[in-house]
Amino acid sequence: MCTLEKRGNLFFLTLTGDDDHRLSPAVIDSLISSLSQVASQATRGSALITTAQGNRFFSNGFDLAWAQSAGSKSVAADRLNQMVVSFKPVVGALLSLPMPTIAALPGHAAAGGFLFALCHDYILMRSDRGVLYMSEVDLGLPFPDYFTVAMRSKIGSVSARRDVMLRGMKIKGEEAVRMGIVDSAHDSAESTVEAAVRLGEKLASRKWDGEVYAEIRKGLYPELCGVLGLAAKVITPNL
Amino acid sequence: MCSLEKKGNIFVLTLTGSGEHRLNPTLVDSIRSALRQIRAQSSSSSVLITTAQGKFFSNGYDLKWAQSSHSRLHLMDAKFRSIVADLISLPMPTIAAVTGHASGAGFILALSHDYVLMKRHRGFLYMSELDNQLVISAWFMALIKCKIGAPTSRRDVVLRADKVTADEAVKRGIIDSAYDSAEQTVEAAVGLGKKLVGRKWKGDVYAQIRMEVLSDVLDEIHIGNTGSKL
Repeated sequence: MCTLEKRGNLFFLTLTGDDDHRLSPAVIDSLISSLSQVASQATRGSALITTAQGNRFFSNGFDLAWAQSAGSKSVAADRLNQMVVSFKPVVGALLSLPMPTIAALPGHAAAGGFLFALCHDYILMRSDRGVLYMSEVDLGLPFPDYFTVAMRSKIGSVSARRDVMLRGMKIKGEEAVRMGIVDSAHDSAESTVEAAVRLGEKLASRKWDGEVYAEIRKGLYPELCGVLGLAAKVITPNL
Repeated sequence: MCSLEKKGNIFVLTLTGSGEHRLNPTLVDSIRSALRQIRAQSSSSSVLITTAQGKFFSNGYDLKWAQSSHSRLHLMDAKFRSIVADLISLPMPTIAAVTGHASGAGFILALSHDYVLMKRHRGFLYMSELDNQLVISAWFMALIKCKIGAPTSRRDVVLRADKVTADEAVKRGIIDSAYDSAEQTVEAAVGLGKKLVGRKWKGDVYAQIRMEVLSDVLDEIHIGNTGSKL
């Protein structure tokens, strides 16, 4: 599932378990309720760090095994679609979260797991192990619309986008930094989380107004807001 | 306010005085009329260089003048939209010679030019809104999106309110080049201006092309612009 902890100003959202942290319906529900808790407990100077237990995986995406264990192809497709649709509110919640968000990847982030990482303001990953990988083209699965929009919004270089989406490239930490997808790469899972904590504290110390932060973030990604149906909030300026 | 000089085919618009060149209605109107003069006086291939005296290029909207009045903020926004639209449709290349701090709307003013040259050592580019608890308008975002390519650089500018020095700005692809002094910045702008004038482009064609490139910005400027003909 996932756990939520607060240490000082920092919220820690952790995907738990010894496995590849698949985004099953239960995990998705758990993420939605945790993010809702984070939003309600937000104060000025908060920050969120999302990470995962273990040394090998951030998340390998939707629970395809559960989808495929359905009796028929059509029920399998329905199950997959159910996860795709129910994950949209997670993206929406991250986009509207009234504080800076940091993903600290202790390992692989593939498909929905890569998308989940991309929905954060900052991404830190390991340089020694783990890759970012949009497996869809290799698996013969089309991208949900919000996946494409998120990648377009967050991956700037034309060749990087092509390599991620059309080439199914498995991208290691240093390459990911060079491609402008990830902010920094660190030589172990521990040092990745430590760096995330340092960054979190630095951002938290700016004591930004969370509502304003969230509206500016939404303004940065209007296309993603559009595909998720997120409206802008009118904030009266306090001059 | 602002002064306008013509050196051959090069127009130099200078925000004058040692103040912060805050974009209040008075300054914006004076820029507006200078731009009108430029259009009237430009007969052949020309170029505009916008620069400023003193420590600031422009420190943005005049929030002190606005005094939390919504109608005053709205007025500044409407007038500023108008001159940015004017710059985007100007029938000649435009160069901002940024010789001091440019923050908020002042940063946007610099970015509204085709080329941005800046002085190093003192002065930074800064979208101050987040630090001042202000949201950034959609048309500012559209301009930032069109002029700053990397998503991480855009994030650093608006969502981290980085104070970006000239050398950093060159590295991040926000500006074109950096120079050691205000004089060198303006000199380089004039040099670039002469080169561009020498291409003998047709002004109205140049403007059309620019308007196509920045059509998203023009769309956002026109959406929600309810007090345009001020």
